[in-house]
Amino acid sequence: MSTYAQKKGFGATIWDYLTTVDHKKIAILYLIAGGIFFILGGLEAVFIRIQLAVPDNNFVTAGQYNEILTMHGTTMIFLAAMPLLFAFMNAIMPLQIGARDVAFPFLNSLGFWLFFFGGLFLNLSWFLDGAPDAGWTSYASLSLDSAGHGIDFYALGLQISGAGTLIGGINFLVTIINMRAPGMTYMRMPLFTWSTFVASALILFAFPPLTIGLFFLIFDRMFGSNFFDPTMGGNTILWEHLFWIFGHPEVYILILPAFGIFSEIFATFSRKRLFGYSSMVFATVLIGFLGFMVWAHHMFTTGMGPVANAIFAVATMAIAVPTGIKIFNWLFTMWGGSIKFTTPMLWAVAFIPSFVAGGVTGIMLATAAADYQYHDSYFVVAHFHYVIVGGVVFALLAGTHFYWPKMFGTMLNEFLGKITFWLFLIGFHLTFFIQHFLGLMGMPRRIFTFLKGQGLETGNMISTVGAIFMSIAVIVLLINIVITSVKNEKVGNDPWEDGRTLEWALPSPPPFYNFKQLPLVRGLDAYWIEKMEGKQGMTPAEPLGDIHMPNNSIIPVIMSIGLFIAAFGAMYHNEHSWGIPVLIGGMLITLLSMFFRSVKDDHGFHIHKEDLLEDEDKGGKA
Amino acid sequence: MANQQPTSGNPRVDIAYRKKKNAEEMRHQVITFALMIFLTLVAFAAVGYADFSGWFVVPFILLLAIVQVIFQLYYFMHMSHKGHENPQLFLFTGVLVGAVTILAFMTVIWW
Ligand code: HEM
Ligand SMILES: [Cu+2]
Repeated sequence: MSTYAQKKGFGATIWDYLTTVDHKKIAILYLIAGGIFFILGGLEAVFIRIQLAVPDNNFVTAGQYNEILTMHGTTMIFLAAMPLLFAFMNAIMPLQIGARDVAFPFLNSLGFWLFFFGGLFLNLSWFLDGAPDAGWTSYASLSLDSAGHGIDFYALGLQISGAGTLIGGINFLVTIINMRAPGMTYMRMPLFTWSTFVASALILFAFPPLTIGLFFLIFDRMFGSNFFDPTMGGNTILWEHLFWIFGHPEVYILILPAFGIFSEIFATFSRKRLFGYSSMVFATVLIGFLGFMVWAHHMFTTGMGPVANAIFAVATMAIAVPTGIKIFNWLFTMWGGSIKFTTPMLWAVAFIPSFVAGGVTGIMLATAAADYQYHDSYFVVAHFHYVIVGGVVFALLAGTHFYWPKMFGTMLNEFLGKITFWLFLIGFHLTFFIQHFLGLMGMPRRIFTFLKGQGLETGNMISTVGAIFMSIAVIVLLINIVITSVKNEKVGNDPWEDGRTLEWALPSPPPFYNFKQLPLVRGLDAYWIEKMEGKQGMTPAEPLGDIHMPNNSIIPVIMSIGLFIAAFGAMYHNEHSWGIPVLIGGMLITLLSMFFRSVKDDHGFHIHKEDLLEDEDKGGKA
Repeated sequence: MANQQPTSGNPRVDIAYRKKKNAEEMRHQVITFALMIFLTLVAFAAVGYADFSGWFVVPFILLLAIVQVIFQLYYFMHMSHKGHENPQLFLFTGVLVGAVTILAFMTVIWW
């Protein structure tokens, strides 16, 4: 423990987290908030499966079903998967490149709070006249027609949290470009850092189209414009394009960091250098690039014509090539390695067949002519759950076990971890494998019930049973977390004993300044190299000196609350006279805090050399 | 001494060399500035001259605009200098993504 982190009261801890600009604490905030939304989205999924367990069910009404379905998708993508990945990016990436923090710590905190208040706003819709009900894609002809304020919650909430994501992505880009430790060239960066880099670039280019689309939607619904209304000269297909120009890169924003986490896990527990490192980097960049050229494969049936369909079909199939390169590289990493089947490694091994299954159905869907049959059926539902759950969620669960010691200093129980793994794996395949066939048998997606005697009963029942398995798995994980935190048995720097990258050279959790002296990086797998030469830790690249640190700040929270308030004003201004004043008032709060932040000089503070030395004397390695 | 975070593109070149470089730089800037004014005048002339049809004028001033942007980026915002590889990469990627979007919108939605 550092001398700076003395025991604090509960209130002080809360205040510390509200104002923190430390990437490791922001990572914990992302983990907690993302975890809560993940559980919420999971509950919604369970409701969906209960409703569809038997034919003609009336567990929920059709209207409620639409709301639950929409909120499940929206929550899982925007409020669970992305923030959870951001948690690991924040926690690990700066350590992996040997930086003391991200490039803009203040913005890092702002990004989190915008995401948090956006998500909160979206979920308040449950209590204030109804949640959005036009699907997570919110196609304009449906969403403009939706009564009540559900869609307004969707548009405004995602706009706020989207701004947070964009800020986060830019921050990671600048961090990776500018803050690498001496010797950390691009081609020595661990693959998780590389995938963070490419995913952040995708965020940079993919979120602006979403922002534009959402603004059009906000203006159409709340301020009388007609961007998407064909009767007034607008174009409803415009939304679909804008949404998918964002939406397809978005799925790669999710999967690339997942690939990164698995790459680290494969190398670590095969105790071998990652096979084909440079081709991995190349494939990651190529996937990122191609990800922008394929969005219209979600729109084959909108009548774009055979030429456009053919172009987008071929472009889509091309992505399978770099993806295949990656799969083979992971297999060859394991080949001849001395493999340790820890919990993270189990997830990684199970990920390969699951994800490949999702990729194969992807290619099937990309065949434009065939997609006329598959489109909007449960086959598509099976496809994207195979890639998103079998890829992204597996990676998040693997990462939780793998990086838990680095984030919290304790080790999750391996036995419980393996129980979670097996329950989840079985549940996952039970739930989604059968859905391929339900789709091929003609069950459309987004229906709230189905009739008896059409051969859909057994499949749906199996699917629901699978969902129960997955729920139990998540509960076991939560129990594991509680037990581990209560026991609180601290571990050392490299608890898996096979750590290869820089983060494992630091105490768990690292001191708030990360590196007393920036390390000298001598190659890929920097820490492994030193270990193999029998050294205790990294060779420092600089003399011990004062470290400059940023001050904590509450302003990010205030800025985000301002937008949160303004969103209510925008939503209600048509029926309440207080709408416009609240909108302006909220914006003023945000603008004034921006102004305050700009004029007030905040130079941060220095940790003095003497304090750093003292830290060491007390055996400061935690 | 506080430890600095290393940043890329931080060349420690000596003063004399920098002076010479700056003078050269200044000359380029003046020349491009004059050129840009000239191009602006040409654009105004093209619009003002009644005999040219819109089919000529619009593409023509768009072309001039692109040239101006390039001048701006390379001579005034120093993109030609070393250490600007990353901004270049991201700028051009952005332009490419934007162009693909516009192309698709023109051909698939509105055409
Ligand atoms: C080999 C790679 C992939 C190919 C060829 C592919 C292809 C496709 C196609 C053609 C569709 C549209 C199907 C339809 O609506 O009729 C689709 C839907 C979808 N894909 Fe993929 N995909 C691939 C990988 C991924 C990955 C990695 C993810 C996420 C991590 C993903 C997530 C989704 C989602 C969420 C949808 C459904 C969107 C919706 O309509 O709600 N796909 N995919
Ligand atoms: Cu797609």
